[in-house]
Amino acid sequence: MPRADEDLGAVKSINQNVHRDALPDFRNLGVILRIVLVVLGLSLFVALAEAGSWSEISARFLQVAAPVQPVLVLSILVLYAASTALRRLTYRVGVLVVVLTEIILVTIVHRAGAELFGGNPAGQLERYWVFTAAVTALLLYYFYLRNRALSPALSEARLQALQARIRPHFLFNSINAVLSLVRQEPKRAENALEDMADLFRVLMADNRDLTPIANEVELTRQYLAIEQLRLGERLTVEWHTENMPEDALIPPLVLQPLVENAVYHGIEPHSQAGVISVNVYKVRDEVHLVLRNPYRSDGDHHAGNKMALGNIKERLALHFDAEARLRTTVSENAYQVHIVIPYRRQPR
Amino acid sequence: MNMTANRQGQALRVVVVDDEAPARSRLRDLLEDCAASMALEVVGDAPNGRALLDLLEHTEADVVLLDIRMPEMDGIEVAQHLQKLPDPPNVIFTTAYDSYALQAFELHAVDYLLKPIRLRRLFDALSRVRTITPLSLDVLQKLTPEPRRHISVQERGRVILVPVDKILYLRAELKYVTIRTAEREYLLEESLTRLETEFGARFVRIHRSCLVARDYVESFERQAEGDAEGQWVVKLRDLDERLSVSRRQQHVIKEFGRT
Repeated sequence: MPRADEDLGAVKSINQNVHRDALPDFRNLGVILRIVLVVLGLSLFVALAEAGSWSEISARFLQVAAPVQPVLVLSILVLYAASTALRRLTYRVGVLVVVLTEIILVTIVHRAGAELFGGNPAGQLERYWVFTAAVTALLLYYFYLRNRALSPALSEARLQALQARIRPHFLFNSINAVLSLVRQEPKRAENALEDMADLFRVLMADNRDLTPIANEVELTRQYLAIEQLRLGERLTVEWHTENMPEDALIPPLVLQPLVENAVYHGIEPHSQAGVISVNVYKVRDEVHLVLRNPYRSDGDHHAGNKMALGNIKERLALHFDAEARLRTTVSENAYQVHIVIPYRRQPR
Repeated sequence: MNMTANRQGQALRVVVVDDEAPARSRLRDLLEDCAASMALEVVGDAPNGRALLDLLEHTEADVVLLDIRMPEMDGIEVAQHLQKLPDPPNVIFTTAYDSYALQAFELHAVDYLLKPIRLRRLFDALSRVRTITPLSLDVLQKLTPEPRRHISVQERGRVILVPVDKILYLRAELKYVTIRTAEREYLLEESLTRLETEFGARFVRIHRSCLVARDYVESFERQAEGDAEGQWVVKLRDLDERLSVSRRQQHVIKEFGRT
């Protein structure tokens, strides 16, 4: 209920679980793939139902799919082009516009077909309308349910940020580190408290919307400044952000929790110094984030790593569907997380 | 008997152990504040357990303020090794957050301070320290579910730490247990049964008086003795010596065959 969402603006800050329905992102490869598969699958079912024998199915399928194909291709192109405009509409209006668009497209294709190949059985166009409206509604309902099913990950992300994600261990040790500076180096204590304030502001915010990657990197740097205070020369961080697309959008709290894991598992359990490297770059239309930290199989026994990774995966899937990937690799002495997301920018 | 009792009236000698430099300096600040109203002297600090044991070789201390979460060896293990000293200091644990340990601490009435530490709490703990009974090894072992990563051996007044993953076998001999690493042997005054309970996951009993490290087992061989069926022996990596497997423990060989 998008209207209610806005009307309750004042209440929203308390009840963050208010859900936002939205049209799927028609530029997403995963969404396009799902549309194609569902439409072709339905065509196959129609062919199955109409066919008199098994051998007849393929011929029937071609017959059914033939008029469907041009509508399908046109729809994908039109929706792709209109994607940004559709996003500005409220959900209900958006649904209406999409259904109408489909009906118009089917009409155009039908007209063109009639002119090219002749023949226009009575009532055929009307039947096509009904069929088109039904399939469109079905698809939209599917995306609506999928969005609902995945969105708990978002509100959960917020909860986790407050509970497990802010490791109490980190909070109290950081406060302790700042206290140690207050007497001798008050300036550094001030900076550290400011970094902590920024970090906690983001951790406690409503983190459902995408944020420019430059913000996430800045947040991670502030987090690392606090850790550096505690760990001193045991922690070295190598940033490779020369080729980072600053405006690329990313779900918030993707990089910072991973770096926190890297410190917790890769640096803290060892007395020797260790290096964490963060590499952000763009290849064609994809943004890559590569994080590496030292790893020793015998070094530590801390659990909890899986939960952070699981939540990040879910949020990447929710925002980018099949276009995002997260891969972890463990080698003899290094642990690596590699994230790939499509290059998206803030619509102007 | 703990020597702190004999030094009643003299300045309390304190050592601070924490892997984080700011945490050490914070504690030193607080101890300075305490020193204004009690006889107290900071005799040193250390970033980990090994450095602490080195420090205590030439410095005497009454109290160690010991961080629990440290790399390589946690504070609870360090406290266990401290018990090997001829005159072990009292231990007050410090921690920022450690839900498991704290429950155990409450249960066994072990003193601890939560970081950030309040001056008042530190003062109270230090004031009590001369009157409390030192921690026993048994209590310390109950504080953690994890086996130690090192076994401490006393040698000529020093405490030597032998990393458990470097041990090839443990063998009971009269009053002692011999610890064998690839390099040398150590003598330990502990019972083999107790060691088996603590390190059972790592070692396997091949004989009433011998535990061998599973990771180092290379092969089992049968030693021919004339016509009679020979005895089974085990060959360990990095070791020429063969250790005999008793008839009762021969099932161990089958277990290895399966894996």
